[in-house]
Amino acid sequence: MSDSENSEQEIQAQPVEEKQPDLPKFEKDQSDKITTKFGSKTEIAFVKPNRIKINVKKEDILDVATFIRDELNYDHAESVTGVDFPADKEIEVVYHLGSYTDPQLDKQVLSLATRATREDDPNPGKDSTRLPSLRDIFYSVEFHERECFEMLGVFFDGHPDNRRLLLPEDWADLPPLRKDFAIKGR
Amino acid sequence: MTTQLPPGIQLEKVDERIMTLNVGPQHPGSGHMRLIIRVDGDRIVSCDPDPGYVHRGEEKMAEYRNYITNIPHLERPVIHDSCNILYPYCLGVEELLGLQVPERAKYVRVIASELNRFTYTLYWLAIYGIFLGHSTMFMWPAGDREFAIDLLEKLTGARVTHAYFVPGGVRNDLPANFEDVCLRQVNYLEKRLKTYGDIFYDNPILISRTEKTGVLSRQDAIRLGTTGTVLRASGVDYDLRVKEPYDVYDELDVHTNVLKNGDSYDRSKTPWLDMLESCNIIRQALEKMPKSGSVRVKLKPNPKGGNDEVYKRVESGRGALGAYIVSRSKPEPYRVKLSVGSFRNLICMPHLLKGEKLGNMPAVYWSLNYWPVEADR
Repeated sequence: MSDSENSEQEIQAQPVEEKQPDLPKFEKDQSDKITTKFGSKTEIAFVKPNRIKINVKKEDILDVATFIRDELNYDHAESVTGVDFPADKEIEVVYHLGSYTDPQLDKQVLSLATRATREDDPNPGKDSTRLPSLRDIFYSVEFHERECFEMLGVFFDGHPDNRRLLLPEDWADLPPLRKDFAIKGR
Repeated sequence: MTTQLPPGIQLEKVDERIMTLNVGPQHPGSGHMRLIIRVDGDRIVSCDPDPGYVHRGEEKMAEYRNYITNIPHLERPVIHDSCNILYPYCLGVEELLGLQVPERAKYVRVIASELNRFTYTLYWLAIYGIFLGHSTMFMWPAGDREFAIDLLEKLTGARVTHAYFVPGGVRNDLPANFEDVCLRQVNYLEKRLKTYGDIFYDNPILISRTEKTGVLSRQDAIRLGTTGTVLRASGVDYDLRVKEPYDVYDELDVHTNVLKNGDSYDRSKTPWLDMLESCNIIRQALEKMPKSGSVRVKLKPNPKGGNDEVYKRVESGRGALGAYIVSRSKPEPYRVKLSVGSFRNLICMPHLLKGEKLGNMPAVYWSLNYWPVEADR
């Protein structure tokens, strides 16, 4: 079981191992543009063929997202995923960004990830698990963020319409995609 | 007169001019979702889509089952297109487990997923036809769909919900004589599809009802992050089979159908053109497929992924379909997210229906190629 307990450290350790010269060139250039601009504010989680993942603190995500839209030409979000990490007391939100306008970026998906402190007892709508909304930068995240809000209990500051989307109006339990919401019989 | 209301019940203020209509969730005009529409006369003032009526928590269920037992339930959101919805999941698991798919299996996958595009799109076209009052366009696709379903039944053993794709290949090889039957029926389907053009797409009544209704400009299509046929109908040349070819799509000649106007007519025509293109793809795949060989690699029992994450995407009948899998060295995935085309196109509804006549609602709504069950997952 020691494998799974050490899993978080191994994730942090991965990028160091992967910074080998055989990194795909185009993706490396893209990630270098971000690191030269923002320096230590961003952390490149991985660079794989056609996929880049960048971790940022939630204070910097609006700046980084604006840079990605304006300078790197990513123009829409494909999905917004919340991942619950109860061991770290954090919830990670990953934006998968793509581009229709720049033919160079046809294959690329840039994952922009940020983490929020996880509140143990979420009170729907008022919980302190908060992140800034990217809706003003990428308009297409609107419904995705609403889904993330109800499923993980992450309140997006600045989102004009933080309402339930898929769950019933009278849902009075934990946000269902949190790990402590258990399915009966499993 | 004041009456005591039971707890939890509120009265809503009724405007004199604006009326609120609940279209759905059991209304045949909306599928299994609710549109809260506010109308002024017969003009739509605002539209608030309320999906979730058929939400089944597929993503939560996936966290409790191992990589292989996830297959039969992850296809449920779109049972007509079940090969395509499993495709990105299988590609992702293959990358996580480091599996090499045999060459023949890759071709079989392409054939199965293109046949699935038929069964889904013909079903959608039948619904689109009947909601525009064109009952022939309901009967013909619903009948012709049987040919594609028969082929898939021969191939997979089930009419819908095939559970045919597995990480590392497909579940079984082609049955005897499948290639000949497939070629014959695809040629027949192509002939039939061309007659749809005469009866439906050149029909002046259809054109008058759908042309210039619900126009989505190219800029808006990009800004709203739409995908699939909606995007291509607005003039954006983006098809993942060409732009990011998976399996053997890079060895096949795939033509992307792009239309310019972005109205309901173009959005309804793009899936039909895609079906015609599918005929070409299936014929090419049948020709180039290796005539023998294995179609599945052997998996270890209860395979575990490393500490990794993958995001894979394919082009389904409704647009790009992505699967984001986070693995934490367990037999079960830590998190599975399906980024589905229907959910991504949902944001168009308030945008397109605002200012539209209520009578045009079905024409616009169904042209979005929206499948409520897939959006809810």
